Amino acid sequence: MYKYKLYTCLFGLLLLASCKRDVEMPNDIIEKTSSTVSIKLNNMFDSLNLQLDSVSYVLDNGEKIKINTYKYYLSNIKLIASDSSVYEELNSYHLINESSALSKSFTLSNVPFNNYTSIQFMIGVDSLHNVSGSQSGDLSPNYGMFWTWNTGYIQTKLEGYSQQSGASDKSVAFHIGGFKGINNALKTVKPSFNGAIAIVSKTSQPVININCNVKEWFINPSSISFSSVYSVSSVNATSKLLADNYADMFTIKSIQN
Amino acid sequence: MHKKLNILFLCIIIGFSCSVDPEIKPVLPVDNIRQVVPEGWPAPVYAFENNPLSEDGFALGRALFYEKMLSRDNTISCGSCHQQFVAFAHSEHKFSHGIDGLLGNRNAPGLFNLNWNTSFMWDGGINHIEVQPLGPISNPVEMDSDLNAVISKLSSSNKYRQLFLRAFGTDSINSQRILFAIAQFQGMLYSYNSKYDYYKRGETGGEMNAQELSGYNLFVQKCNSCHKEPLFTDYAFRNNGLSMNSILQDTGRAHITGSAIDRFKFKTPSLRNIALTAPYMHDGRFNTLDEVLEHYNSGIVNYGTLDTGLQNGIVLSLQEREDLKAFLNTLTDYKFLNDERFREPN
Repeated sequence: MYKYKLYTCLFGLLLLASCKRDVEMPNDIIEKTSSTVSIKLNNMFDSLNLQLDSVSYVLDNGEKIKINTYKYYLSNIKLIASDSSVYEELNSYHLINESSALSKSFTLSNVPFNNYTSIQFMIGVDSLHNVSGSQSGDLSPNYGMFWTWNTGYIQTKLEGYSQQSGASDKSVAFHIGGFKGINNALKTVKPSFNGAIAIVSKTSQPVININCNVKEWFINPSSISFSSVYSVSSVNATSKLLADNYADMFTIKSIQN
Repeated sequence: MHKKLNILFLCIIIGFSCSVDPEIKPVLPVDNIRQVVPEGWPAPVYAFENNPLSEDGFALGRALFYEKMLSRDNTISCGSCHQQFVAFAHSEHKFSHGIDGLLGNRNAPGLFNLNWNTSFMWDGGINHIEVQPLGPISNPVEMDSDLNAVISKLSSSNKYRQLFLRAFGTDSINSQRILFAIAQFQGMLYSYNSKYDYYKRGETGGEMNAQELSGYNLFVQKCNSCHKEPLFTDYAFRNNGLSMNSILQDTGRAHITGSAIDRFKFKTPSLRNIALTAPYMHDGRFNTLDEVLEHYNSGIVNYGTLDTGLQNGIVLSLQEREDLKAFLNTLTDYKFLNDERFREPN
């Protein structure tokens, strides 16, 4: 009989244990040692703010393009401090979509107080997350940025129209992916702060404004003509060439402390 | 003693369930939804690492596998082209008809032991079991739908909101939960109880006759290098000497890698349940095992990427073919074909 009592006790204990809330420490007794950094992306065409669907932009070779979709992944964001310590954002995957204002700014949290002198990130989604099954958040495969027949993320996507396009409907569509092998399109970039410092402290939560110049896709090192390059939807030498071109499209516009 | 254990289990279960959602009825521990690694098999590639198997996760995956709302016009489910009575292949269909009666260009393979697959589809284009359903869901000649449409249809169904609540502790439906649940169902499709398996394990029902044993010997000599035991495939991509269908012009693996050395290569299919999964080959060109064996005997063509092991074909006498077929018949897993857990739910 007493055994059943024992089990009743055990039952009660388990119920209690499983339902216990974590005890929260009051904020004011913990000395803060970290804060936030905001990242804001400005998509541009040279010095102009990118306008979807309306403006025809002219390339150096005289060809024109009207853009209606511009999306890309940024991942594995790191901030490097003057003392060489490195902050790495956890679960660092951000889908930037020109048509969604919300997507163009985000906040890095728990950044230790320090003076940060550079930023590093990857254009695209790292290879591990291309082969690890079903993901969530910005990596959900329902944002039109995932190939389902040859699985992997579309790292960057640019679509629009050009009178010079070789396509019968004058469309241009560039879906750039590939995370391994000779046509790997992943780019890790480190746009310079130009001597500026992002100060993270009790009183300073900096904003890093980053420009992304779409024109870089088409000008160097390879000049692109839409008459021959107008549709990329798989991993090949052309997708690699466009990725090589856009690797330098990010520059730091300003840092507000 | 059993009573004590039961009470203890109940305590633990109630303890756990309380922290998830107190409203959900506790599920008693049942042993029939669990990972299986049959004796002598290698470790699986997929072990539900980030997707813990549960009775309710499996039940949801099972419902989704047979759910026609996955297709654009609510006419096609996974189960439409993957039928349990033929080991989840498509009976008597060279190609399956998808949405609007459109035909695909590859034969629907049987589905079993998928956790050992290193890639999916005939060309290996899909790299993980969890994202595999995205292929057929989005293929314009299969379900022609997209995840957002699927999420919105499922979210407006009380039945599915309940099933998601039970499986994941929330009725918020997203792509990851859909894919996790289907992976639980597809991953649970274990087939390891054929006569051959009983024979290997020395169990009742595994008594092979002389012809079957002769066939097994032939198999070991002539087939086992690609259709490797115990899974009866090596998961490699190989050109097995089929002439190219000039209309389909399907280059197989090269379609994925872009590499000339992969032209006309397709993934070695498992021979488990082979007696039931006709028609055969990636394009379903052979209706019978006799035609398949005749191909290896005399029909090999070489376009330059032919598998090294098939340069001279596989020469088989008529008697040898009969013996080999007798062995191949022992690979049928009747327990799997009749397993109620995998049936379309009512």
